[in-house]
Amino acid sequence: MSEDILRTEHVSKSFGRVTALRDVSICLKKGEVLGLLGDNGAGKSTLMKILTGFHKPTSGKIFFEGKEVELKSVSHARALGIEPVYQDLALINEINVYRNMFLQKELMWGGPLKILSDRVMRERAIEQLKAMGVNIPSVDVEISRLSGGQRQAIAVARSVYANAKVLLLDEPTAAMGVRESALILDVIRRLKDKADVSVIIVAHNYAHVFEVCDRVNLLQNGRITFDQMIKDTSVEELLNLVIHEMREAREQIKETRPG
Amino acid sequence: MPESKSEPERNKRPGLLGRIGRSLLHSREASIVIAGLILVIYFQSTASAFLSPGNIANLAAYAATTAIIAAGEVLVVICGEIDLSVGQVYALAPFVMFYAHEAGAPYLLAIVLGLAVGIVVGLVNGIITVLLRIPSFITTLGTLFIINGFTLTISGGFPVQPQANPVIVTIFGGTPFSQIIWAIGVTLLFQFILVKTRWGLHTIATGGNLIGASEVGIKIARIKIGNFILCSVLGGLAGILDAFRISSVDPLAGGTDIMFMAIASSVIGGTLLTGGSGTIIGAFLGAVVLGILKDGFTLSGVSAYTFDMILGGAILLTMLVNVHLSRLRAAGGAK
Repeated sequence: MSEDILRTEHVSKSFGRVTALRDVSICLKKGEVLGLLGDNGAGKSTLMKILTGFHKPTSGKIFFEGKEVELKSVSHARALGIEPVYQDLALINEINVYRNMFLQKELMWGGPLKILSDRVMRERAIEQLKAMGVNIPSVDVEISRLSGGQRQAIAVARSVYANAKVLLLDEPTAAMGVRESALILDVIRRLKDKADVSVIIVAHNYAHVFEVCDRVNLLQNGRITFDQMIKDTSVEELLNLVIHEMREAREQIKETRPG
Repeated sequence: MPESKSEPERNKRPGLLGRIGRSLLHSREASIVIAGLILVIYFQSTASAFLSPGNIANLAAYAATTAIIAAGEVLVVICGEIDLSVGQVYALAPFVMFYAHEAGAPYLLAIVLGLAVGIVVGLVNGIITVLLRIPSFITTLGTLFIINGFTLTISGGFPVQPQANPVIVTIFGGTPFSQIIWAIGVTLLFQFILVKTRWGLHTIATGGNLIGASEVGIKIARIKIGNFILCSVLGGLAGILDAFRISSVDPLAGGTDIMFMAIASSVIGGTLLTGGSGTIIGAFLGAVVLGILKDGFTLSGVSAYTFDMILGGAILLTMLVNVHLSRLRAAGGAK
């Protein structure tokens, strides 16, 4: 099997008396697309925020490319090649597509004047979007003219262009229609074919995870309760697991309640 | 690949003529120019003195002051803030210049010190707004009164007469058209900064999506504070130019009047108070149109009271037209 790119070992995270993550060990292999499923409050976003360097784990270790790392900040994690794509996408509606793709990484000339090299940025943006199979009307339109799926695709393309080694996608298909979702799932699939980027997708939607991921982890009450290759499992198996757990919890409440 | 044929065509960079044509059609500036021309024709037909050299010089000086301040105001508004104190910097900067010269500084240095007041005020406005998280409307409302009181205190409420050598006076607003040349220079420079440099891009990004901009790593505090400084410095520059033009510095000059004129010019020129969008050239044209209106009505014998009503109506009308035109454009462009 190919080597790990990002791995956590026994990571726990508490906020005061609330424990959000308990002993979480996940492992992302090079070129792999890992789906991270779980209900609201299961700890998905806490885990993501630890991987982006936003939160520090209370205990446990993080390994990146085989070496133990302490992610000091979001920019530190990004410098290593861990690129988050936030749900709000961090795109600017009033700015055109190619300038958005180069935001904060602009190509410039003129020394301290920092004049934008629009022609070069524009050409590179077109190349990058074409290579990733992202189809948009034009790179000259403002982001506000694009659909949700197209925006997501551009946010992903921007991170890939920034030499991301690990892409953390937070709910990439949330609040999207069927066609929109298909567009972004296609982009992820193409990334997978190239295999130079590894991806973690946090999602609610089981079907989407099964469509593009190689492996799936289930997070329940801050614990990883399930870790299988997609080809060895099914949506039914996972749903049964979640529903079973929910019923069990309900039974327990009934038993402890007097009367 | 069925889409491969249209791909290069679609992403072809439009030619120069095409770009000019398109921007004429789409820009808000075009409608302001047309409105301005109609006003010129109207006023010339009612008062033949309107296009006389003397009146044009008068009009240019008035529009220039407003345009210089508006350039700074546009930057602050685009990054999502507002500066109400700029009219007070307009009054304070020439006093600081005058007293610096009295204290022995040569005029060139005194001018620099006057502009430095703008840096200090902008820094204070920016730091209070960004780091202490007070809405800029409140911050600059506070500094507005503080600076006004300070200017009245140091001047004792009396005007002073700066007397520099003729070269300085000529360059800094003393000759009929030097001020409008400054205004055009400032407008072109800051329009360039806004649309072609990283500073401008980050200013738009900060006003367009504050959280997104900080997520990609844009230093939004630096952008906002920097634009407050630019705005105040331009306010000071406008004040110094006017001081040399009328060879007198009045502690009660400028103030909220000129600040509101600058904001009105920005708004007429297409700058959105919600941030993220605006142009310096538009604000310049807005200032010229306001100048034409004010001057034209004065020549036609319309009283200042009536002028204010017409000005208010003009602001509302341009906003209505702008809002509905951009809605139409958005509908047309989305096809």
